[in-house]
Amino acid sequence: MEVSVQEANFDVGVEIAALTENDPDAGAVASFVGLVRGGEVAAMTLEHYPGMTELALADIVSSARARWALRAVRVIHRVGKLLPGEQIVFVGVSSGHRGAAFSACEFIMDYLKTQAPFWKKEETTAGGRWVDARETDDLAACRWQGNET
Amino acid sequence: MPLKILYFAGLREAIGSGAEHLALPAEVSTAAALRDYLAQLDAAHGALLTTKNLRVAVNQKMVGMDAMVAEGDEVAFFPPVTGG
Repeated sequence: MEVSVQEANFDVGVEIAALTENDPDAGAVASFVGLVRGGEVAAMTLEHYPGMTELALADIVSSARARWALRAVRVIHRVGKLLPGEQIVFVGVSSGHRGAAFSACEFIMDYLKTQAPFWKKEETTAGGRWVDARETDDLAACRWQGNET
Repeated sequence: MPLKILYFAGLREAIGSGAEHLALPAEVSTAAALRDYLAQLDAAHGALLTTKNLRVAVNQKMVGMDAMVAEGDEVAFFPPVTGG
């Protein structure tokens, strides 16, 4: 299973180890973990579109596989209520050499940010507020278009 | 088969419902036309026109507002996504 959407936390060490289990040809692993920032945010609730979320994430992984020679890929995104410091998202990629793993990991995160149907609502002392999409996220995803690596 | 219409995040809260069913109106053939039709149902649905950069997915695939909609489709409207 490459993609999971879940309320439960995940163990980064276990996930990274699983990427190269029984795979002597894997020479590189790159991973990314996203966390809930604290500051004035007391908690965050992540809403998603069940069904489409899994399809969108699988589609993003397929695009990455079409672009780089990847071995294992794992994407986990949590939903529900999360507190500052908690893990939100994990992307892990293994490949023969480091270049593909680094690039694919960043590519998957950039597209996840703009294509996967998740929405964050922050709870602050002033009440709840839906997080606005950032134009920089669109630009980050755009830069992969027409760029082979 | 009626359309299944879904709303998410701030739009869901503004409309006060996450899902509704609707027989495809005769004059509606695109997502944009469906948005405009729904927006005039009542004041709450007006949020479809005031949501900045409104996005639409037809049958769980993000598409442009010019995408066609047909009987039985699942059409979701939502604000730009903010996961990760």
